[in-house]
Amino acid sequence: MDMQVPKKKLSLKERYTLMTRDLAWDTSYQPKEKVYPYAGYEGIKIHDWDKWEDPFRLTMDAYWKYQSEKERKLYAIIDAYSQSNGHLGVTDARYLNAIKLFLTGVTPLEYMAHRGFAHVGRQFPGAGARVACMMQAIDEMRHAQTQIHSLSNYNKYYNGFHDFPHMYDRVWYLSVPKSFFEDAMTAGPFEFVVSIGFSFEYVLTNLLFVPFVSGAAYNGDMGTMTFGFSAQSDEARHMTLGLECIKFILEQDPANLPIVQRWIDKWTWRGVRLLSIVAAMMDYMLPKRVMSWKEAWEIYFEENGGALFKDLARYGIRMPDCAAQIAKEKDHLSHQVWATFYNYGAATDFHTWLPDAEEMDWLAQKYPDTFDKYYRPRFEFWREQADKGNRFYNKTLPMLCQTCQIPTVFTEPDDPTKICYRETTYKGDKYHFCSDHCQHIFENEPEKYVQAWLPVNQIYQGNCFDDGVDPGAPGFDPLAAVLEHCRMVHGRDNLDFEGSEDQRNFEEWRGMSKRNA
Amino acid sequence: MTVAAIKEYTGRARDAVENFHGNQLLFIGWEDHLMFCAPFAFPFPPTMRFGDIVEKVLPGAYGYHPDWARIDWSKVAWIKSGVPWVPSFKHSLAENGLGHKDAIRFRTPGLAGIGGACS
Repeated sequence: MDMQVPKKKLSLKERYTLMTRDLAWDTSYQPKEKVYPYAGYEGIKIHDWDKWEDPFRLTMDAYWKYQSEKERKLYAIIDAYSQSNGHLGVTDARYLNAIKLFLTGVTPLEYMAHRGFAHVGRQFPGAGARVACMMQAIDEMRHAQTQIHSLSNYNKYYNGFHDFPHMYDRVWYLSVPKSFFEDAMTAGPFEFVVSIGFSFEYVLTNLLFVPFVSGAAYNGDMGTMTFGFSAQSDEARHMTLGLECIKFILEQDPANLPIVQRWIDKWTWRGVRLLSIVAAMMDYMLPKRVMSWKEAWEIYFEENGGALFKDLARYGIRMPDCAAQIAKEKDHLSHQVWATFYNYGAATDFHTWLPDAEEMDWLAQKYPDTFDKYYRPRFEFWREQADKGNRFYNKTLPMLCQTCQIPTVFTEPDDPTKICYRETTYKGDKYHFCSDHCQHIFENEPEKYVQAWLPVNQIYQGNCFDDGVDPGAPGFDPLAAVLEHCRMVHGRDNLDFEGSEDQRNFEEWRGMSKRNA
Repeated sequence: MTVAAIKEYTGRARDAVENFHGNQLLFIGWEDHLMFCAPFAFPFPPTMRFGDIVEKVLPGAYGYHPDWARIDWSKVAWIKSGVPWVPSFKHSLAENGLGHKDAIRFRTPGLAGIGGACS
């Protein structure tokens, strides 16, 4: 009797080979160096791309299947959340300012990451790495999209959500995330994967997602929580890819070690400077707080990161040298950055406020060595003045760091009463920095950073006004013209949370949902 | 190496002095008064009298602070690029040797900010 032999199913490994590496070919009309022009100039030596191990062996068909499943769940929850007026369930409308910061400062980075990974996915000579980068490029696009869709619900009811891509290119503090990513994207493909794939996605990502996603969970924001969870399994894949990249590069040639170490040093520092915005958000913006920035730093960087760098020691990689300074700054960072937003609260597209008495006690308890001594006097003085109708708005523009573009607000690592000034001269021009580390990054590639688009300096050059505006006209108000150029409405999108339209509307709508009119 | 690039590459300094329409940038910081979160950036013509900055511009920037009115300007210590420096109030920025993007700071002895906490 003939037996029907079922067609043999491909093993995962065979399937992976057929659908990834077998899709690649060697070029014959053009030399490899011309097809992959960016693969060599950074000095990284790769001898055998076949040694690349894809930790997930994910193929495109499986990828679409998983992702579409996640999308279906996500959009069902988003729909339910918006139809049931879920926005009225958040702890307080004040909370939404953290989400405005996310939409303007983080979501555009997801899109930039998409572009960056699409670029290196084209430029790596190895097919395994190309496929992995392509999938990450699609993930990042999906993250940008799901975030925009989830948060568009808030745009129907609250101010400040209306024009985030326009603001991303113009608003002063958004030049910090923007320049961070542009620095990575204008680097070579290997520096890009070390900067974004490893330093950001692996070493620092928890310090971005835990504050926002747990912050959302603590504050009743189901929309943000859901896209956070939907991105989580992708993030796990990205972290593994980042680590695989580092190990692969280091195993290929011993000469790669000093280059990779320099990139890890640079991008850990740049990432921490970027996260100073998250530090302020975590300690000052959440009505119901998750943990302090300092605690998050200790768990996710000092403990987890410490274990990671111990693991990488066998390749010769050591803890980035900036870790010593960061350990000193963790007691100060969030207070200095929130005070900066409070200073320039007339030029932010979210609302600002002072911590109340209970919040200041919490800060004092979380920061016993620094808050009462250095920061409470400042906040209490501002509170006193605000109560007298004399709220402090700093109307003079600050000096910015040439590298991280943050106003030079950070203090000397060993003296929290003195601003840290660092400067260098290059081709006859002076350049200023917030720290030794930002200065070293500049000095390593001055021709790159002399081009920095520093918002304050651009305003003074007259480049931040709408077309047709005449700065020479009588009674010209430069700050008003800058706000208009950023499409911020003065008195609606900026200034104090107390007395804002957001605050009023939220109270009124929530009242309507609980009582008969 | 001044930049990692696939070929010879030179950047254009975006903040060159000629982009400021006759002005130059001057950065000024008030030591021990961190209520103002960072040093300030100002565009001034190089012919501006230094004293005019202190007398006409800085009050608008720093006047909110209760210490401002208590400053004894004969005792103020100035610092330029990290080293002690003595400006002449009646001379211009250029005559004082202040160039584009110089950073100066001043210390006001006896005044240590809100509650003595350098705020």
